[in-house]
Amino acid sequence: MAQQRSFNPYTENGGTILAIAGADFAVVAGDTRQTEGYSIQTRYAPKVFRLTDKAVLAVNGFAADGNMFVKKVKQRLEWYKHAHSKDMPLQSIARLIQTMLYAKRFFPYYVYNILGGIDEQGKGAVYSFDPVGSYERETCRAAGAAQSLVQPFLDNQIYFKNQTGEHPTHLPLPHVLQLVTDSFTGATERHIEVGDGLEMFVILARGRGSQELEGVAGIREVTTSDERERVFVINRDLKRD
Amino acid sequence: MSMHSFVARFSSSAADPLSLSLQSRNATQADDEDAGIPIELWGSQAGFGSLASQGGHSFAVPKVPNPAEFLRMHTDEHEGKIKIQHGTTCLAFRFKGGVIVAVDSRASAGSYIASGTVKKVLEINKYLLGTMAGGGADCQYWETYLGIQCRLHELRNGERMSVAAASKYLANLVYGYKGMGLSMATMICGWDKSGPAVYYVDSDGTRMKGDVFSVGSGSTFAYGVLDQGYKWDLSDEEAQELGRRSIYAAGHRDAYTGNTVNLYHVRENGWEFINNYDISKLHYEGPGGITSEGYGYSVRTAEQTSRSAENDAMQEVEGDLV
Repeated sequence: MAQQRSFNPYTENGGTILAIAGADFAVVAGDTRQTEGYSIQTRYAPKVFRLTDKAVLAVNGFAADGNMFVKKVKQRLEWYKHAHSKDMPLQSIARLIQTMLYAKRFFPYYVYNILGGIDEQGKGAVYSFDPVGSYERETCRAAGAAQSLVQPFLDNQIYFKNQTGEHPTHLPLPHVLQLVTDSFTGATERHIEVGDGLEMFVILARGRGSQELEGVAGIREVTTSDERERVFVINRDLKRD
Repeated sequence: MSMHSFVARFSSSAADPLSLSLQSRNATQADDEDAGIPIELWGSQAGFGSLASQGGHSFAVPKVPNPAEFLRMHTDEHEGKIKIQHGTTCLAFRFKGGVIVAVDSRASAGSYIASGTVKKVLEINKYLLGTMAGGGADCQYWETYLGIQCRLHELRNGERMSVAAASKYLANLVYGYKGMGLSMATMICGWDKSGPAVYYVDSDGTRMKGDVFSVGSGSTFAYGVLDQGYKWDLSDEEAQELGRRSIYAAGHRDAYTGNTVNLYHVRENGWEFINNYDISKLHYEGPGGITSEGYGYSVRTAEQTSRSAENDAMQEVEGDLV
């Protein structure tokens, strides 16, 4: 009897990503562990990528699809820059990502995307996507293996869900960075696919001071001009077991 | 780009809905979303922009004998696979004051609540609304595309596309993809020359004109309240209250419906967003202003519940016996 075989081009590579929008900044973060089943393939596989000086994209799910997708988005943004002599606005990048994901509606990229950065009004922004391009602007979003561990924590600490009393409208940057770190150390404690390293991208709006980032451990700037939006990367260790 | 070539590109119906098909349906190429874009259009012709020059959508298709079967294998309810948003309640009804559109805002992936802030009313243009049920991306993408076609129709003919025509355009479009895995059930709502109009369109190819529709996993709960309170002569306030109260009922009884209600009202001069209401707040406090009491029935059952002191004592005794 003939054996039935099916074409399975997908795997799940674990990990978690997260983004939070502030008043004039955005933070996009991800862990750096890559897994397949119970094996750790590498302890440093970046999931967060700088697209422009004001846009950062985090991808989670099937790593091969994710890397290919980021490569193609970057290519389209480069073409845009050559055609228009400026970086694509954040909301346009969001729509571009929708149409690129939907172009593969019948052979999807198995990736969950979160786009973070600064919008045309100079405000922090986060857009989250499903694998075939449904998207929405939000203030904070976690995706990936530990989504169900991290998102309720964020709902409570960012949106103040199930809390009573007065709450601040916008959280200060150092506070947000602390929440991101705590989210990942927490997820590392309770999820086997999360750990090894934490990579946080901080995008600051044009003209915003960076004093709050001075002296932060493991920080480096990846932009060269302080006339425009600035992007910083913070690397931290997470538990490796 | 010269004005002449701009006019040439858009002056005729470049993307004939009936000729839309998967360009690579029988091709062997698996990945061609940016193939065939002329050099001068780089960057500026991303996404929908390439439709006019390419004359249709081009979708990547896996190199397997049955692509639809492949998609089904890797999506839907297969655990650990790609999850697409399911579960919702949307309603729309016609009355003398226009059209009321009300939806919930929950997106669930299995038993996980993926989002509580989904915008399920899609603003196609100033006069047209579409509701979102089924695959979120299918609804968002095709209703954006419908908006583009409505605008082109307006530019070419000097008048807006009717709700009947817009809904039929969408129905014919998705019918072309029948059996390939699209999932959408939508109500196209608006006001045109013939007055207020609501059409139900879904990815099976169904298209129905009607006065009252409710769609999604919580639709039966919404219909219960809606059918009870519906009449043509509703005042604007009464109609809005009916829409809000119906989605609340679905949110209360259907686990896949919840979080908030988004309420819209379409009148002769376009749609208006009325408000966003937290369903838990509606339960305890009501919408505020209009009624001072919550929608929950506790206000009507005061001390007469199964959890009154007397019954608590009874249950303790029963508990001891077990």
